[in-house]
Amino acid sequence: MAQTTTSWEKTGSTTPTVQTGRNGRFLIGGVLILVAIAFLIGYGTLNNAQYFITVDELLTRPELVGKTVRVSGAVIGDTISYEASTLTIRFTIVHIPAQTDNLALTLHQAVNDPAASRLKVVVENEPMPDLLQNEAQAILTGRLGEDGIFYADELLLKCPTRYEEALPEQVQEASAN
Amino acid sequence: MLAELGIITTAVALLLAWYAVLASVWGAQSGSERWVYSARNAALLTWPLLTAACAAMIISQVNGDFHIEYVWATTERSSDIFFKLTALWGGQAGSLLFWSWVLSTFSAAALLWNWRSERRLMPYVIAFTMGTLGFFLILNVIIENPFTRLWQYPNGQVETALFQPAGAMPAIPRDGRGLNPLLRHPGMVFHPPTLYLGYVGMVIPWAFAMAALASGELSTHWIRATRRWILVAWLFLSLGLILGGRWAYDVLGWGGYWGWDPVENAALLPWLTGTAFLHSVMIQEKRGMLKVWNMALIILTYLLVILGTFSTRSGIVSSVHSFAQSPIGPPMFAFLAISALLSIGLWLYRWQRGELAAEHHLESWLSRESLFILNNLLFVAITVAVFWGSYAPIFTELFIGEKITLGPPYFNSVTAPLFAALYVLMGIAPLSAWGRTSSKRLGRAMLIPLLLTAALVILLVVFGMRNWMAILGYALVGFAGFVTLYEIWRGVKARAQRESWLMAAWKLFGRNRRRYGGYVIHLGVVVIGLGVIGSTVFQQETQRTLAEGEALTLGRYTMVYDRLTRAVAADGRVMTIAEVEVYDGNRLVATLRPRQDFFPNTEGMNTMTIAGSYSTLESDFYVLLVAWEEISQAGATFKVYLNPLVNLVWWGGIILIVGIMVAAWPEPDRLRAAREMSAAGATSLRV
Repeated sequence: MAQTTTSWEKTGSTTPTVQTGRNGRFLIGGVLILVAIAFLIGYGTLNNAQYFITVDELLTRPELVGKTVRVSGAVIGDTISYEASTLTIRFTIVHIPAQTDNLALTLHQAVNDPAASRLKVVVENEPMPDLLQNEAQAILTGRLGEDGIFYADELLLKCPTRYEEALPEQVQEASAN
Repeated sequence: MLAELGIITTAVALLLAWYAVLASVWGAQSGSERWVYSARNAALLTWPLLTAACAAMIISQVNGDFHIEYVWATTERSSDIFFKLTALWGGQAGSLLFWSWVLSTFSAAALLWNWRSERRLMPYVIAFTMGTLGFFLILNVIIENPFTRLWQYPNGQVETALFQPAGAMPAIPRDGRGLNPLLRHPGMVFHPPTLYLGYVGMVIPWAFAMAALASGELSTHWIRATRRWILVAWLFLSLGLILGGRWAYDVLGWGGYWGWDPVENAALLPWLTGTAFLHSVMIQEKRGMLKVWNMALIILTYLLVILGTFSTRSGIVSSVHSFAQSPIGPPMFAFLAISALLSIGLWLYRWQRGELAAEHHLESWLSRESLFILNNLLFVAITVAVFWGSYAPIFTELFIGEKITLGPPYFNSVTAPLFAALYVLMGIAPLSAWGRTSSKRLGRAMLIPLLLTAALVILLVVFGMRNWMAILGYALVGFAGFVTLYEIWRGVKARAQRESWLMAAWKLFGRNRRRYGGYVIHLGVVVIGLGVIGSTVFQQETQRTLAEGEALTLGRYTMVYDRLTRAVAADGRVMTIAEVEVYDGNRLVATLRPRQDFFPNTEGMNTMTIAGSYSTLESDFYVLLVAWEEISQAGATFKVYLNPLVNLVWWGGIILIVGIMVAAWPEPDRLRAAREMSAAGATSLRV
């Protein structure tokens, strides 16, 4: 390794002053890299941040019309329609609170609550998702139009706790045998 | 009977695990061999006990003992035997039991293999592995016991309990509910267990690192013991990630394989820090540097594994993978906090005592060390970016009161430049030397790969590619690939003067498994990179409703809709199958059967869209049956993707796995001794 005399570095590397100078250079280089990375993450965050809000919030804050937001609500099964030729999905979601301990119960109550606020949703250019059904939780990314309809670019669905926590219903019948 | 066996064996394993923690620490502190041996025996005994518990569950699932709630929830009579055997990990409680079993297996293997060679570390290895196992067994036994059974009161009310409540009779449903349809896929057999093996495998390196910190035995022992284990864990984690991508591609029907879903990210995060460690550990071995940093990486990897397990299972992130919201959240969070405090505390203690001081300093930016440090910075930067993106909704809600989410565009725009920089390093670092390299020497070594890269760019442009970002991507990835191939070729050529090429390659790889295994891994990553660029930048899609006999064209392929059929499978699913013919020009190349499965007996999540795909190395013609006219049978709607080069992702994955196996394969002792003797000499060979 001693033979590397044509290095782009300055020669003479044993004196302590050069040592600190070198450490300083590594330090500056490292800080520059960290700043670049922080900038990349910060810029990406600001550019792609989506506010996660409830149906109530979306409907009561007019400044959000036309802005990209993420909204979550309970799907009403009877309102789902699908136009296969244009791949357009239409349905209505009901407000659910942001925090809930029992999602399945919250979804069930929301769908059966006539007083809760509702939002019509249009999703274009998507195949009919397997999970789009009554009392599913829909997480939508898109914009509320001037017409009061929510135009979603992305649709994420969850039918969660019902699946895991339910108990068998046919037990009674079974043990009666 | 089997349920009782399961309850008792897991409970005894829980007691043994905690006994092993106490006995091993006491033995190490007091210097009493008897206590250490007793702790070892207790730790080893958890394995047969948990194996029996898993066997009890699997036998119950195969026999259809629906009295056990978990069996009822994950199997049904008509299930394939295949899915009955794998339903162990089909839900929360069973997969936790499987988690514990895997950890017990790894712990027992580590205790048996490394007992003599790392004798001073072993008491603490017992303590840290069994502490982790003991915690998971608390979840298994007390909070999410998979052997919980169904009971019925005379008034018809059904309840779950471990043991028969007073006044209740056993409730035995006639049939089970069956596995969630999305899980009924061959991927189910391999993806969860490989991912768990990778995840849980990361506990072992951490236990060795913590043992080194706790015992003060901070020489190279823990590194030597850790290296093989982390390679094993990394092998399974890589395999799990690849299989997960393939499963998503086959079943989730959106034409992609990676969606930056929080749970996918949870598996990616420890993979990233583990990859960083695999690189930086070489600097510690060769130069005695980065001791503080390597410890930090191992601790971080472990904490990310626990955090990932916690966030997937507690329902704090929304994802297609999420288990139900579950009471295991708070105890898991407590465990995460305790292990973080303990790990970081021990690390700071040794650091502040100067026991992790570096033996060398950086000499030049152009050295293998600095390039590896850059590599580590990039891996950690990607980790931070992915971590922030996955947990942003939680942090922003906590600190600014509004929930902000970051979608796939965030991940793509932030990680793409970082990954690109990693490919550049992958090209330069193997050519650099330890200590320092002159820029002239480095330039000379890069000449041929650079020329080949230039040729690649010219070819791409000549063949009509005008997307400059993609060309840049191909150039960077291609450069890394050419360097790797060139390095392998040089190594083989040097030997081939004496023997045949094949023999030379065989011996070269056999004698330098880590180095050439590493090169093969790099090649795998290069091939994956080519596939990712091709399938994301050049993906085409279209959708149409076609009448029978009608056709649509996408790229070079034409698809003709033939007819729609119905079939009912043995497990009761109703399959609607569209038959389509795919033509390349005028030549019929494939008949595809994209279909939709409907599970009439299942409530919620009861349909599944399965793509039909015509695969060549060049592209996938990927067809989804989206909708159809129920009565007239006149038309059906298809969504069709053309995914160029997507198969390179899978082929690259296979190359990667082969490379890890080359690197991890045990060397004959004589070779290892020789290599360790000449470790210093080997570095100067490169200069």
